Amino acid sequence: MHPIVLLILRLAAIGVLAVVLQVSAVSQLTIFGTNADVIPLVVAFVGLLAGSVNAAAFGFAVGIFIDTALVGTLGLSSLVYVALGYGAGRLRELRDPQSSLVPLALGAGASAAAAFGFALMQFLLGAEAPVSFELIRQLVVATLVSTLLALPVYAGVRRGLLSVLPDDPRRRRRRAYTTGGMSPLSRS
Amino acid sequence: MHDKTIRRRRAVLLGLVVGSLLLLTAYFGESAGGGLHAVQRGVSGVLSPVQEGASRALKPVRDGVGWVGDTFAAKGENEQLTADLAQARQIKADVNALTRENVELRRMLDMNERLQIQDMGLVPARVISRSPNVINQVIKINRGSSDGVRPGQPVVTGSGLVGTVDTVGSNFSVVKLVTDADFGAGAKVSEGGVTGVVRPAAGAPRELRMDYTEATDDVRKGATLVTSGTSDPRFPSPFPPDVLIGKVTEVEDPGSDSQVIHVRPFVDVRDVNFVEVITRMQPGRS
Repeated sequence: MHPIVLLILRLAAIGVLAVVLQVSAVSQLTIFGTNADVIPLVVAFVGLLAGSVNAAAFGFAVGIFIDTALVGTLGLSSLVYVALGYGAGRLRELRDPQSSLVPLALGAGASAAAAFGFALMQFLLGAEAPVSFELIRQLVVATLVSTLLALPVYAGVRRGLLSVLPDDPRRRRRRAYTTGGMSPLSRS
Repeated sequence: MHDKTIRRRRAVLLGLVVGSLLLLTAYFGESAGGGLHAVQRGVSGVLSPVQEGASRALKPVRDGVGWVGDTFAAKGENEQLTADLAQARQIKADVNALTRENVELRRMLDMNERLQIQDMGLVPARVISRSPNVINQVIKINRGSSDGVRPGQPVVTGSGLVGTVDTVGSNFSVVKLVTDADFGAGAKVSEGGVTGVVRPAAGAPRELRMDYTEATDDVRKGATLVTSGTSDPRFPSPFPPDVLIGKVTEVEDPGSDSQVIHVRPFVDVRDVNFVEVITRMQPGRS
């Protein structure tokens, strides 16, 4: 089977699994008075591992799926997740960060960006929700709780995508070093 | 090649953003029965059984995580409830103390009415300390000479005779209890009128005995002793008449001159909180 088709199938499986888990389990768990959201984490980590275009498309599809499953405003989640996936993908393409803390930092950033993006979209769409201290507290706590889930979610996404990624930078670099060659990134 | 990649990437991004915006616009623009809404409802209807199945399948996971969260919440709740319980216990203790005080005060009022001693310059007082000594049995009250209290004045409660004032300060007094080794009072059996003198029983700190009775005096177990008293100004008594003293518990050698009558005082001297000092033995006179 063509590698691109394999990647699409894996991304579809990850997306469906993430949305089902989010809707059926994670969103029904109250932690510190709020709910975690793993979808921004999954979209951001897909961007980190599979690139901006793949992640943007993945975010678009997951957004439509989750809006449909929850009978939400169609297109709203897609818009937020497209931006999130694309941004995470560009981070990998431009910086290629290697620190083991990158998933944690990216998870925190993605959760906060998603929360801010949804709040902004709701505001633009005319939702009358006053910005209160309680609302800000909920957003901060939700971001922190989601950040706690960043590492296991990253491990899961990486495990799901590792075998079908056409060009994983770490594997490529490790292969180059062990064979005595230069990393393609170090040459560029 | 590089430019082509960039153009493709930007085109995809633009397409996705435009697609999202189109979806949003179309979704908002149509009515609830519109095409997008209908499709959404249809897909959601198809997904519902999947969601329900997943929800049931993942229930143990939710329960497990919820149990952990509940455990932490219960720990905090436990601390709060422990604090509430301590507060409730304190309130209960306060209520019990107030109830006891209320009973004591009501008894005192009843006694005042029964003995008609309201006009005898009654000075209510609170017990502020007790002597731990079983021989020298005294209590300290919060009324003194500035309230008209003088040595020798009788002290009573609703349950009966407590003792007499022994020492007086300006704002306190020491009361010698009926069970003190030096106490003595004229008494009579309320049922038959037998008179005698009540004193503490030697070697039995919580007991009294009635002396100076005659062999012909018939005193039965269970009889009630009251102060004999007198209202005759020629022979003033330190106690008003008919103040309860105690109950006869035993009569040794009955019918003899050496008969000994054992009496248990009505007033539990260890549990007295309020007393009244009778400052005028003659109504209207000090």
